[in-house]
Amino acid sequence: MILDGKAPTGPIEKSWDKHRFDMKLVNPANKRKFKILMVGTGLAGGAGAASLGELGYNVEAFCYQDSARRAHSIAAQGGINAAKNYPNDGDSIYRLFYDTIKGGDFRAREADVWRLAQVSNNIIDQCVAQGVPFARDYAGYLDNRSFGGAQVSRTFYARGQTGQQLLLGAYSALSRQVKAGTVKLHPRTEMVDLVVVDGVARGITVRNLITGKLESHWGDAVVLATGGYVNVFYLSTNAMGCSVTAAWKAAKKGAYFANPCYTQIHPTCIPQHGDKQSKLTLMSESLRNDGRCWVPKKKEDCDKAPGDIPEEDRDYYLERKYPSFGNLAPRDIASRAAKEQCDDERGVGPGKRGVYLDYQTAIDRVGESTIAERYGNLFEMYEKITDENAYQRPMRIYPAPHYSMGGLWVDYNCMSNVPGLFVLGEANFSVHGANRLGASALMQGLADGYFVIPYTIANYLAGITPGTIKEDHPAFKESVDQVEEDINKLLNINGKKTVSELHRELGKVMWEDAGMARSDASLKNALQRIPEIRDEFWNNVNVTGEAGEINQQLENAGRLADFLEFAEVFAKDALHREESCGGHFRTEHQTDDGEAMRDDENFAYVGAWEFKGVDKEPELHKEPLKFENVKLAVRSYK
Amino acid sequence: MHLTTSTVGRKVLMAVTGLLLVGFIIVHLLGNLSIFAGTEAINIYAEKLHSLGPVVWIFRAVMLALFAVHITFGIQLSMENSTASPEAYAIKKRQITTFSAESMIYTGVILLVFVVYHLLHFTMHVVHTDATDAINTLVNGRPDVYSMVKLSFEKAFVSLVYIAAMFALFFHLGHGLSSFVQTLGFNNGPSQSKVIAVGKLVAVVFLIGYAMIPFVFLVGIK
Amino acid sequence: MNLTLHVWRQKGPQDKGKLETYQVKGVSEDQSFLEMLDDLNEDLIKGGKDPVAFDHDCREGICGMCSQVINGKAHGGQERTTVCQLHMRSFNDGDEIFIEPWRARAFPIQKDLIVDRNALEVVMQSGGYTSCHTGGVADGNAILIPKPDADYAMDAAECIGCGACVASCPNSSAMLYTSAKVAQLAVLPQGKGEAKARVKNMTEAMLDEGFGNCTNHYECQEACPKGINVKFIAKLNREYMKSMV
Repeated sequence: MILDGKAPTGPIEKSWDKHRFDMKLVNPANKRKFKILMVGTGLAGGAGAASLGELGYNVEAFCYQDSARRAHSIAAQGGINAAKNYPNDGDSIYRLFYDTIKGGDFRAREADVWRLAQVSNNIIDQCVAQGVPFARDYAGYLDNRSFGGAQVSRTFYARGQTGQQLLLGAYSALSRQVKAGTVKLHPRTEMVDLVVVDGVARGITVRNLITGKLESHWGDAVVLATGGYVNVFYLSTNAMGCSVTAAWKAAKKGAYFANPCYTQIHPTCIPQHGDKQSKLTLMSESLRNDGRCWVPKKKEDCDKAPGDIPEEDRDYYLERKYPSFGNLAPRDIASRAAKEQCDDERGVGPGKRGVYLDYQTAIDRVGESTIAERYGNLFEMYEKITDENAYQRPMRIYPAPHYSMGGLWVDYNCMSNVPGLFVLGEANFSVHGANRLGASALMQGLADGYFVIPYTIANYLAGITPGTIKEDHPAFKESVDQVEEDINKLLNINGKKTVSELHRELGKVMWEDAGMARSDASLKNALQRIPEIRDEFWNNVNVTGEAGEINQQLENAGRLADFLEFAEVFAKDALHREESCGGHFRTEHQTDDGEAMRDDENFAYVGAWEFKGVDKEPELHKEPLKFENVKLAVRSYK
Repeated sequence: MHLTTSTVGRKVLMAVTGLLLVGFIIVHLLGNLSIFAGTEAINIYAEKLHSLGPVVWIFRAVMLALFAVHITFGIQLSMENSTASPEAYAIKKRQITTFSAESMIYTGVILLVFVVYHLLHFTMHVVHTDATDAINTLVNGRPDVYSMVKLSFEKAFVSLVYIAAMFALFFHLGHGLSSFVQTLGFNNGPSQSKVIAVGKLVAVVFLIGYAMIPFVFLVGIK
Repeated sequence: MNLTLHVWRQKGPQDKGKLETYQVKGVSEDQSFLEMLDDLNEDLIKGGKDPVAFDHDCREGICGMCSQVINGKAHGGQERTTVCQLHMRSFNDGDEIFIEPWRARAFPIQKDLIVDRNALEVVMQSGGYTSCHTGGVADGNAILIPKPDADYAMDAAECIGCGACVASCPNSSAMLYTSAKVAQLAVLPQGKGEAKARVKNMTEAMLDEGFGNCTNHYECQEACPKGINVKFIAKLNREYMKSMV
């Protein structure tokens, strides 16, 4: 089936404005009759719930953490982009739009990206009004820095904690609405099923993580803002609780999953230290503004102390390969380059999966105190984890799974193919194409939450009658029964392996066979291994405890069960996409010097998968991508 | 009234009444120290005070009010605070707080008991009458306060009680003095450690100043 | 290294808890404290026992989920460090480690080391925001905020809402948490309009939720994994007094 993204036609500069006018509105007096369920309270969900509540809708928001403020958006460090052009260095909405399309390796929908660039400016204003303490200069003006390979300074930041401050801004707006009674919060509550009646999303089934009780909630619209799925790799920079569960439950009820193979492997993470590690820690990409990446030229130097390796024996591989962007090359490119060096057996540190990020040149140039001022908190964090002082010896870094560009398929209105089901932020696939640029995830989350969903949801709600189906509809009971059955099944396997052992096994397969570089053979191997692990999970997992209590093993088991189904679709998507683009690198499709080779003729489309059941082939639906404003070109950072 | 019900309001009341009480003990200490200026000085000072008539009573009324406020809210806040933290840790390590800070309510109660005792002793002359009878003797036409003090403090028990009470005062002020600075909002971060140090120093001054009097009589230096 | 752990086990909110002793072996010094607990849990599961329930999420010191009192100190007592960032190299072979939940009337224990911190939410909902509407706000540069003020606000805004201040306070007061938000918004022009109502409502909510009063012990500042300074409490006090006049 050919999918229609319903993007507005006509000049792109007017597309969002025109669309806003064309959309239907909901009468203010009627708004409170519509109940909207918001799942997830990060940047997209928190901002969305607050904005919808303020508009007068009856909003209920759900999160698995004990507070809406703890969503993983909080961990974003670097910054948020906006086309304000405050530094007068040539930025514009058009340039931000262009950079994002190009950075995404031409695999995003143009109109969505334009809208993102357009509302980016409103986001900054909104956050400032909320009291977000962005960095300022002495006169009091907002400060900008360049970030993640952009050639203009368009990134706004709040020390190394921009995500935290933006999320706390959204959280404060949400708290205000909770106080006003327009939003009801359900913390420590996990969505475990989507309720669909006659093809329309009508509500959700949730598990109260404190009491273990399954609850039904009806809604005139269900909005998922449930983040990404890179914990499918087990080790990632995501929080331990991040999962594909909400999105996958929707996929099992008919929502298409788009481009699951587009995952971002972030270049500047702290290397893995041992097999007991539970997660990887990211350090802001801003570190590459002043740090230089290198590995020894000779294999035999790898065990030497970095200081003992003379300058001429160091390979500053990013500067060598990409003279114009150098150490600021985009994430996918920098990550792959690091992997190449380590595959060439020139990696450093324990396990030889690491490269140096060296500050010596910068320290010599601007002094240690300036470096400390810029990155002090990151150096401190690095020392806490590795017990090494990065002022004295270069940091060791290695790429780690960080972000998922893929997600549930949505049209221009952020609505999935299931009417009434909307998807925001990282959970949808829309704007980042095959690779996300630095400082644009925060932008997307807040754009969707503050400035997109409040308009587009009205267009849907205006066409339906509120409250026609409530919890007494048999579909809700069916859903609860199904979930209960699954939970009982999990609790009664009483096998030998723990949930985390099996998750590690899955992660290892995904990382090795479907990670930074994928081949036909590796993906086929993954497609063989994943069902095996899944079978073992359902026959040999040991989930302790009971259903009716706090049971973290049960929570993890449920999430892993979904990853085990999702991983297969992920690998199938990667296998079918016979090209390299952005975060998806197929070793068969590269240029002679190892750069990604896109195939625009055959793959300039969104691949949206319809799940048909475990052990059944998912069906691929395509949404062709048209590029009318940005010319398709080879993405070069040389 | 927010002042008497809110957490900050009551804290401010504690600080302000505490500060005024400190004002009182400064004056009291200065008066007391006249004992070192010869036998006449303190007698002159005492006579002067008594000649003020109604002013003394107004002063006493104000003092009583200050005490009442300070004590009432001190007890009330302490009770609330212990309700707020009902269950103790199996192991709890104090990181920066001091014995002074943790014992405020206890040193406060000790001081209350002491003040009552002190009033019964030197103001109302109901206890230790053998010593306080000296006040009925006139020296140069004035009541002999000096002898009353001397005879009292030559009793080891009395001196030791007074000195012990002054240690309670020391601990109370050790936290109280810097605390009122914080409570009234004068802390910009870097100033905090200095304020705490000065607070402790002043508490030491009070300890030495007050405890010296019974001490010198006890050991017979005077 | 091998360690002896004394962990607070409590089945549910109504149950009586107690410290249970466990041995963990072969702990690597590169492991984080929570990874050491993961190990313990794997052992417990394999031995057919109920694993220890504890809150954690981001494991990089920013979400504020982790919450344990280790050997009598909230978050283990290492400067500017959450439990998840605490590494086993801070411990020695043979150490005995006591692990307890946050204890305060306002934080009822749910299970083992997990407590209910909803009281902190209520405090925030009572006024920890500026009442701006989505859309219809001024340009970000229309309000000038000199760097020192922006920095001051940022220092306060670093709070991660973990509750270590409450857990370490002898009075179980949430004053540092409350003051961080009050001070952040009081120094910014955007927050000044509602400053009076905010400080009144938030401190009132704090007391209503069962937290104690601040008596200037400053334990909170020592325990705070983000180094929030008690000068913000002084600022709150000033703001409160301003609100009374």
